[in-house]
Amino acid sequence: MTAITQDAISDVSNEHGLRSDENRERWMVLGLCGPALFLIIIVMVVPVGWLFWLSFIGAEGSFSWENYERLWQSKSYARIFKITFEVAFVTTGICMLIGYPLTYMMSQLPRRAANIAMITVLLPFWTSLLVRTYAWLVLLQRKGLINGWLIDAGIIDTPLRLVHNFTGNIIGMSQIMLPFLVLPLYASMKAIDRDYLKAAANLGASPVAAFWRVFFPLSLPGLFAGMLLVFVISLGFFVTPVVLGGGRIIMVAMRVEKSISLYSNWGAASALAVVLLILTLACLVVAAKLLKLDKVQSGSGGSDG
Amino acid sequence: MSTITTEKTALPITIRGVTKTYGDIYALDDVNLDVRSGEFITLLGPSGSGKTTLLMVLSGFNRPDRGSVMFGDREVIRLSPHKRDVGMVFQNYALFPHMDVNNNLAFPLKLRDVGKAEVAERVEKALELVQLSGLGERRISQLSGGQRQRVALARAIIFEPRILLMDEPLSALDKNLREHMQIELRRLHEMLGMTTVYVTHDQREALTMSDRVVVVNHGKLMQIDKPKQLYERPLSKFVADFIGESTFLPVSVEGGRASINGRPLSLAEAPPSDGANQLLLLRPEKLEILPGGESDSYNCFKGKVKDLVYQGESFLLYVDLDDGPEATLRSPTRREVLDAVPDRGHEITIGLHPEDTIIVSEDD
Repeated sequence: MTAITQDAISDVSNEHGLRSDENRERWMVLGLCGPALFLIIIVMVVPVGWLFWLSFIGAEGSFSWENYERLWQSKSYARIFKITFEVAFVTTGICMLIGYPLTYMMSQLPRRAANIAMITVLLPFWTSLLVRTYAWLVLLQRKGLINGWLIDAGIIDTPLRLVHNFTGNIIGMSQIMLPFLVLPLYASMKAIDRDYLKAAANLGASPVAAFWRVFFPLSLPGLFAGMLLVFVISLGFFVTPVVLGGGRIIMVAMRVEKSISLYSNWGAASALAVVLLILTLACLVVAAKLLKLDKVQSGSGGSDG
Repeated sequence: MSTITTEKTALPITIRGVTKTYGDIYALDDVNLDVRSGEFITLLGPSGSGKTTLLMVLSGFNRPDRGSVMFGDREVIRLSPHKRDVGMVFQNYALFPHMDVNNNLAFPLKLRDVGKAEVAERVEKALELVQLSGLGERRISQLSGGQRQRVALARAIIFEPRILLMDEPLSALDKNLREHMQIELRRLHEMLGMTTVYVTHDQREALTMSDRVVVVNHGKLMQIDKPKQLYERPLSKFVADFIGESTFLPVSVEGGRASINGRPLSLAEAPPSDGANQLLLLRPEKLEILPGGESDSYNCFKGKVKDLVYQGESFLLYVDLDDGPEATLRSPTRREVLDAVPDRGHEITIGLHPEDTIIVSEDD
């Protein structure tokens, strides 16, 4: 073998052919993303770009800042943004308070029971948003089921105002958004090796200490992912606040719809949408920075390497 | 740390009548065992034998149907795992991935309200003990398998438990590292002196490391003995078969005398019982080639050479015995031994020293 010269080696090395094979494989893998990429361009990039462009078109049809100036000057717009973020914030908080214990229980159940619990969480998820929202109206309204029961039971004398206000909207939205918190959190909790909790107990941690020092920190990435999902989706909610807010809760999406269907003012609607988009992105960036999402270890860590 | 006396650092374990069933299956069947203070004892058995179940009963993660477990003179069978104060090394180490090495080691100390300065000092000492000084800031995911093993060990002993449990701690390591860690674990045990219960399915590991080995099968303790005794004087076919390589020859036993096809055998000790179902144990390395034919100082067997497998430092010789099955003989590849091996198909006489002639019962 030592007799083979360098020239002879390069002749049989296939260097060029191997490199072009590698390039071709790369393009083929990229090709698999093609359909999705195409779809995203058609339904996301183009419309958002168009919105962005529209928002700079004034009433006379030429470039203008007037849509943004109006947003900046009018107090009603500030109120709409404030209430939108309030609703999203409170919904996220309530989903977390209800969802975390629920998901924890589900993650500790035996397989069959956990599957049944998961189906009950997902079942409403599979029914129409509108139907669910009107179902809440049936339950919550002045002469609805809940007020009826409470009065029959003698707990209250006059009906509680459960709907057509902030409370009603939050009740409806929290229920609708719950699966978005439960699903990523459940995946994250199931990935936590039970041996970590056994190890914690063996090292002297009571069940409560083991939960707070080991289980909870390991479930945080899933909790953050779920909360972010709930928050971002809540920011753009439309149907539920329309039905359950009773005109008192005006969120950004509702105002966008009004600008277009009532005033045919695409410029104003676009400017609202663009500002909401930018604020949402800003929230995501801040959340990612604060929580260091990429650095939080997943529960299944430790098996790599 | 090397001067600590075992009375202070170790507790004896007394296990009485521990039984655990899953449906009709006995995972543990009336287990009785005394582990002496400071002893290194190994539970050895095939998978599903109940050895891990027994370890989990000791750590408190498995609740048996009945029985008693005492650490010293304290009954612990109903004590929660977190109150048992035993160290444990898990098979997959179970190091907390959201903490660095320092915090993993500090975890049991913080739970015991040890002061900050002392925690730092003891973490440093523990890292030194397992030769990981300077790696305290590392995340678990940045450690190699061997390093994780050492961290797991350090975490299990840092709160100075008087009993240490280990569940196949070396099974994830490659062969060289495993053998190195076996020696190191022994060294640590001698230094710290805590009572250690070790679970493995690797017979060589069990023999290398233990003061005594407990062979477990079907939830029962088959034999409890020192490694040499266990290997040289197995009490049942199962133990003889599970530890080391073995061939068995059926023999007949009458009045305490064993014979094979009418030829009496000289035995190391009296056979366990009379009657049929008695087996002669042939271990490859106990058999010798007798170039001069039959000899009075050996129990001799004739046969034909079937095959020879050369393995470097030793060779394996397969012999079709006239008395029955095929026997395997292992011998170092010294020239005079190799030269004495006849060609394939030729007659050969092999001998077994009376001191190595062991009879075991078929039923185990």
